[in-house]
Amino acid sequence: MNLAIELPGLSLKNPIMPASGCFGFGREYSEFYNLSKLGAVIMKAATGSERFGNPTPRVAETASGMLNAIGLQNPGVHKIIETEVPFLSQFDTNIIANIAGSTLREYEEVAYAFNEADKVHALELNISCPNVKEGGIQFGTDPSMAARVTEAVKKVSHLPVYVKLSPNVTDIVSMAKAVESAGADGLSMINTITGMQIHVPSRKPLIANKTGGLSGPAIKPVAIRMIYEVSQQVNIPIIGMGGIQSAVDVLEFLLAGASAVAIGTANFQNPFICSDIIDELPSVIEKYGFHSVQEVIGKGIVS
Amino acid sequence: MMLKDKMKIVSTTYIAKDTIEMVLENSNITEYAVPGQFLHIQVGTHTLRRPISIADCNKQLNQIKILFKVNGEGTNKLASYQQGEYLDVIGPLGNGFTMDGETNSTVLLIGGGIGVPPLYYLGKTLKEKGINIVSVLGFQQKDHVFYEQQFQELGETLIVTDNGSYGYKGFVTDVLDQINEFDCYYSCGPIPMLKALTTKLKGKNGYISLEERMGCGVGACFACVLPTMDGTSYKKICKDGPVFQAEEVTL
Repeated sequence: MNLAIELPGLSLKNPIMPASGCFGFGREYSEFYNLSKLGAVIMKAATGSERFGNPTPRVAETASGMLNAIGLQNPGVHKIIETEVPFLSQFDTNIIANIAGSTLREYEEVAYAFNEADKVHALELNISCPNVKEGGIQFGTDPSMAARVTEAVKKVSHLPVYVKLSPNVTDIVSMAKAVESAGADGLSMINTITGMQIHVPSRKPLIANKTGGLSGPAIKPVAIRMIYEVSQQVNIPIIGMGGIQSAVDVLEFLLAGASAVAIGTANFQNPFICSDIIDELPSVIEKYGFHSVQEVIGKGIVS
Repeated sequence: MMLKDKMKIVSTTYIAKDTIEMVLENSNITEYAVPGQFLHIQVGTHTLRRPISIADCNKQLNQIKILFKVNGEGTNKLASYQQGEYLDVIGPLGNGFTMDGETNSTVLLIGGGIGVPPLYYLGKTLKEKGINIVSVLGFQQKDHVFYEQQFQELGETLIVTDNGSYGYKGFVTDVLDQINEFDCYYSCGPIPMLKALTTKLKGKNGYISLEERMGCGVGACFACVLPTMDGTSYKKICKDGPVFQAEEVTL
């Protein structure tokens, strides 16, 4: 069974990769299995300098999902290039660097810094983090701002750029088209949906940041709908994500038009989830009458 | 060494109000468990696992005891599991208590509520090393008290309840003046208790075990972090802790 997929900058042995923010820089999960098995690893977001993130609690469980507001905690792009990229590059997989910033200038700096990291294969441009006060989502909810940051990053970077879209918008297609016109090589969708949980005994929002990003199976139908709509309107590939828990879920994302997928929250429940899904994928693809991953892409779209 | 494995429920018993003691069996996880570590337990189809500290470990029988309080949907579901069923567990996780005390030295254990359990396995292990144990255990009220007998077998034990319905009235910090000299203390309990305690025992050699809402439990997601005392860095409770030196982190 051929699971391989070719995307800009990425020769994936299979379409499975852990999603940014849910896998750190791979160190912890490498104690469970060999990361060379993965199609790619998307690293936790990098910002210009070190960020400590939000106060705790930072997570809350919800029905079929969870809220998080970590706040882009990371050691900063230079430390990541110095210590984390070399760690991940010992594995036979692709490395995608997720980049974030508070200003256009910071996005450019972080993107530029990764030009020096020859083991990084692509950038995932995070314009959709709902949990930081400035930047992040403000670039991800306005098509002209999204286009500007995409264009700026494309200008300074040698790497293919996948723009990670926020679902917290009225018209996802116009966002996708805007970044495609600005030169995006691919899309990554969807990020989390902004939500809140009030802790009844204490009568206040449970998460210290008040709002958080909803992830997990609860948001899968939203992701499928958005990928379905966008994949018909753009000519760049989509890395799909949002609540994937099984190989059948992967098939659903491919049918909707994604070319590869990322798995996030499910890693917390089962540290082996990416590895397990890679093992199960061939039989699931075969069961539903296909012969390769490539063949499945977009086959769920009805005219 | 962290593993993901099935643990068989050997028994499940209510030992105090809303408090369950569960005995779990699995040779791989028990082999590596040390006092202060925790298990990350899958409960039904809940998205997030529940971190629960190891209260005791019998390496001959391959058994671990956990104690938990039923106070939400997850723990309620966990309480519904029956003897003979299996739990999906990741563990043992985190770093345990540092145990470098010398023979005949005296250690003070201070536990509050559901923070008491990890101190039991610790106390038992220290006693086997010839260390004297003194315990102060705080509970809300009489019907919440558990493991009094077990701690008494380790050494002098003072019980404190918020309303005085059993033992001394007040907080654990109120009875510390009655304790003779000790060389080191270990504590686990609610944050306000740990704050009061570390302030009162400032300068003493001590270790505290912390709780926080966790995501992955293995150090990848950065949900359960807290700043270090000097404010220049942070620690992950699940991976760098849950045990910290008393003056290492900001509560």
